[in-house]
Amino acid sequence: MSLDDVTDIVVVACAEAWRGDGAILASAMGPVPMLGARLAQATFSPELMVSDGEAFLVRDGAVESWLPFRSVFTIVANGRRHVMMGASQLDRFGNQNISCIGDWARPSAQLLGVRGAPGNTINHATSYYVPRHSRRVFVAKVDMVSGLGYDRALSVGARFHEIRRVVTDKAVLDFESADRGMRLRSLHPGVTLEEVLDLTGFKPHVPSPLPVTRAPSDDELALIRRLNPPPL
Amino acid sequence: MSNKVMSLDEVVGQLHSGMTVGIGGWGSRRKPMALVRAILRSDLTNLTIVSYGGPDVGLLMAAGKVRKVVCGFVSLDSIALEPHFRRGRQEGTVELVELDEGMLYWGLLAAAHRLPFLPIRAGLGSDVMRVNPFLRTVRSPYEDGEELVAMPALELDAALIHLNRADRRGNGQYLGPDPYFDDLFCLAAAKRFVSCEKLVPTEDLRELGPVQSLLVNRMMVDGVVETPNGAHFTSCVPDYGRDESFQRLYAESDWETFRSTYLDGDEFFYQRAIR
Repeated sequence: MSLDDVTDIVVVACAEAWRGDGAILASAMGPVPMLGARLAQATFSPELMVSDGEAFLVRDGAVESWLPFRSVFTIVANGRRHVMMGASQLDRFGNQNISCIGDWARPSAQLLGVRGAPGNTINHATSYYVPRHSRRVFVAKVDMVSGLGYDRALSVGARFHEIRRVVTDKAVLDFESADRGMRLRSLHPGVTLEEVLDLTGFKPHVPSPLPVTRAPSDDELALIRRLNPPPL
Repeated sequence: MSNKVMSLDEVVGQLHSGMTVGIGGWGSRRKPMALVRAILRSDLTNLTIVSYGGPDVGLLMAAGKVRKVVCGFVSLDSIALEPHFRRGRQEGTVELVELDEGMLYWGLLAAAHRLPFLPIRAGLGSDVMRVNPFLRTVRSPYEDGEELVAMPALELDAALIHLNRADRRGNGQYLGPDPYFDDLFCLAAAKRFVSCEKLVPTEDLRELGPVQSLLVNRMMVDGVVETPNGAHFTSCVPDYGRDESFQRLYAESDWETFRSTYLDGDEFFYQRAIR
């Protein structure tokens, strides 16, 4: 499989995270989740609202509404939103860190800061996109809890908390397990279970049988090309 | 009717070391950079900066003006990490109050409304509560009894914002797509200063944009400065976009070289040096 084939599968897996979401705000951090959101909007989740990354909501290349930052925070609190963020670290219960690596007081690497992760995760559905599945990301314990995992959410009674999916270059994971620990949902074509377990710093639940992540349909491939034309 | 037009140096003359200064805009968007540059030239120190942080925070930190930053992030948008903020954190030269972005909004909103705090869900259960032990929670007094974060008011000694147009009385207008939180910064502050691309007669404001673009008015503003290209190198649409190549140069330059090339003179010197 070429790199492009993997990217297409990952884009569709990101889009799948928003399946079933109605007229809510799909916020996507980064180009691959953004393409996924736009693909979902163009196919199986036509009601989705997608931001242009500035202050507008766009559909079919046209502005359909206005959403400045202050309104985003209102929508966050209102709950009509499903965000796909990145994660520098993720643990078994889905606690996410994008703030810094090492001791917070004097980090070895300052990253983005918590940004909107605490508010996002306590208010509405959240998914994560991890471009490279590795033990650096999937860790036993994150250095600074930015987005809440299921254990933290339970401890504060966060009734609107939901982590829908984690999409990586190797697999799709979710939290549909009895203890709300991370579960392998599917492996991308050609990826072995051993490979993924080796790249994960904790033991995820493994269902049997373990499905293969679905390939894009011809229509989806055409849409991906149209929404994200390759550079000339 | 009072004329509130000031020079950059007159605004800086109203500030003092140790003050808490709020800076409008977002990331590398519509920042009052000419005012920030004027602070760089001053002998102000020990400032606490409250900001949706961008190069405003980075420059002030690099120049040794900052004791503490209150923010949810410091980013150049098209360059994810602000280099001087990153270095300052890793070298431990700055105090940080790290908040969720929504908590920062709520703290400004509380201060603008003269409330001691506003309840918010954001932050609860996250390590924002661990690294900011001063934060308290509050329980709903109603039947639900929900526990929420009591986000304290972020009261500012001074606010600095940059807008597209303003009149001499302090009525200000944004012409881009996003007001950010600039009105709240002004309402949360004791002293409020607006820089603008262009001073215009009051009667022109209504024709330059829709009435909703009149973001701040003269009860919210103490001083106005005309600073053409004053948000450079951040964006100030529709007047100009972000100067991406200059921002890259800023992010990649050694600080001493950047300072001596662009910042050792006044605003006129800066605007000539970047051409």
